[in-house]
Amino acid sequence: MIVLEKRPQPSRAWSMSTPLVAVLATMFFGGLLFAALGKNPVEAIETIFWEPLFGEFAFYYRPQLLVKGAPLVLIAIGLSLGFRAGIWNIGAEGQYIMGAICGAGAGLAFYPVEGWFIFPIMVIAGALGGWAWAMIPALLKVRFGTNEILVSLMLVYVAEQLLASVSLGLLKNPEGFGFPGSRNLQSYASAHNAELFEGTGMHWGVVGALIAVIFAYVLLNRHMLGFHIRLTGEAPRAAKFAGVNPARLILFCLGLSGALAGLAGLFEVSGPSGVVSIDFNVGYGFTAIIVAFLGRLHPVGILLAGGLMALTYIGGEIAQSQLGLPAAAIQVFQGMLLFFLLALDLLTNYRIRAARKEVA
Amino acid sequence: MDLTEINPVLLVASLMVAATPLLLAAIGELVVEKSGVLNLGVEGMMIVGAISGFAVSVETGSPWLGFVAAAVGGALLSLLFVVLTQVALANQVASGLALTLFGLGLSALLGQSYVGIKPPSMAELNIPGISDLPVIGPILFGHDPILYLGIALTAAVWAVLKFTRAGLILRAVGENHDAAHALGYKVVRIRCLAILFGGACAGLGGAYISLIRVPQWTEGMTAGVGWIALALVVFASWKPWRVLLGAYLFGGVTVVQLNLQAAGVAIPVEYLAMSPYLITILVLVILSADKSRAPASLGRIFHASH
Repeated sequence: MIVLEKRPQPSRAWSMSTPLVAVLATMFFGGLLFAALGKNPVEAIETIFWEPLFGEFAFYYRPQLLVKGAPLVLIAIGLSLGFRAGIWNIGAEGQYIMGAICGAGAGLAFYPVEGWFIFPIMVIAGALGGWAWAMIPALLKVRFGTNEILVSLMLVYVAEQLLASVSLGLLKNPEGFGFPGSRNLQSYASAHNAELFEGTGMHWGVVGALIAVIFAYVLLNRHMLGFHIRLTGEAPRAAKFAGVNPARLILFCLGLSGALAGLAGLFEVSGPSGVVSIDFNVGYGFTAIIVAFLGRLHPVGILLAGGLMALTYIGGEIAQSQLGLPAAAIQVFQGMLLFFLLALDLLTNYRIRAARKEVA
Repeated sequence: MDLTEINPVLLVASLMVAATPLLLAAIGELVVEKSGVLNLGVEGMMIVGAISGFAVSVETGSPWLGFVAAAVGGALLSLLFVVLTQVALANQVASGLALTLFGLGLSALLGQSYVGIKPPSMAELNIPGISDLPVIGPILFGHDPILYLGIALTAAVWAVLKFTRAGLILRAVGENHDAAHALGYKVVRIRCLAILFGGACAGLGGAYISLIRVPQWTEGMTAGVGWIALALVVFASWKPWRVLLGAYLFGGVTVVQLNLQAAGVAIPVEYLAMSPYLITILVLVILSADKSRAPASLGRIFHASH
């Protein structure tokens, strides 16, 4: 008979090592999945995790790692603050879309004027767009006690419809021969979020993600607000007695995560993607949830986890073209990772003991 | 624009069809939440049910086997949730999200070779004479059997929760798991069964979309119905008949907006298409003032230390 015994303190050792164990377990079971799909599991895993970093074409893939990792880290940092306090924003995908629409819209409003001031305005508009979209569930929760999980998620579908609407109407390229989608921001110099150093993949989004990591670290470890966030998550009653204002915390956490997701959307639309189109969003907002948990809701952890997740995206694309591995297999792989992570968390909080059967 | 083309009888009949996936998924989730567990993986279980039902009915040619497979598929996925939340004592919100993300990927993987195929159709109920009656015929007696199963399931859940000992125990576990445990009820076992039931119902609801309502397979075809089902349980204050009412209300919104799209109303298609989600939010806001009906142990982790 096996019993669980609650640890008086969560184990630090396990807390650090569960992500690694989870990654290894996912590699193993992912390998089984790839084998079931008729691929050589070792080759597939190697293609996903090795090829982008040290393979023949690594010079091309390494910059991609930054490009894919930046939005994931940016969004996940925002989400993690809320998750720590038990505030569940799962509509980051919608805030990402709104950031892109508002940011690109602000930039295109100036077309074809060139000027240094255009990109900063776009950045502000993008952040505001995401912030405003996240404020809807935040205000509804504060004012009416509405469940923020459901509202933020419903707003993803609304944002997707808005995206379709603007790419067919408001932001449609007047010189696009009737095709849906906006003007390409990459060919509009003032609005283009270009690489800061040629061939490195380093764009403003990467800089933003790094700043967000540092900001979140300082906030959580050195600031009263960060302490309140942690306190609310770990001991809600104690937080109440300590005079934490829950409404302020909800507005702050949801607003910040919305603004960061909006920024991610803006950097994506003005950089790697270039156009506002119907299929602009590719699920970063949802993958970022995995990133946040994989990074143990810790800023530095999220930075590492974002890199790892970007690796599976790029490796997955390589495996898709070289081995014919279906794109959905990578999605399953990422989902699996979250499963193992949550399951292994047991070891952090509980001790597994063998016990003799007692008479109840 | 021609609103006269919208036939009210057909509207009500198709409203019932549009509501059934929601009803099935929501009634399952109601039982799960009554036992004190919050499973946010409804969307994932639905889409897995949708593809497993679709695949099996295409392979065997029998929609009935398809629905059985959908229920099994949904329940199997919910088994993962059982392992996470009841065995590994993981956070229920995070586990539910994991279930949805995993389910969406898994269904896309399983469904690759089924895109663009037409599934075998299920015969509609046809009672000679009665099903041909004007107005009542198509609304009450002209549907597929699963639609009636949904209504029967609602009645059954209501009766079991209200009148039976099993229902009382389920509610006790959901209201106060420590007290239920002290009385000798197997909290974890009861919750496992409730979660599996919820998974099977969600699977059925998903298959109803892919086999009857649409009917074909496309990636991510549940498009948030699972999340609306979650909202519906809150909307219904955890009462089975109100779930039915709510499902028909949302079904009505969906059908009316589709009819308006078809009739070419001057509102852009995108704005009509977002209306069910906006109305869900609106209803949540109106009803969120009253939280007293929620099971008291909802979402809390149970760990028996003795």
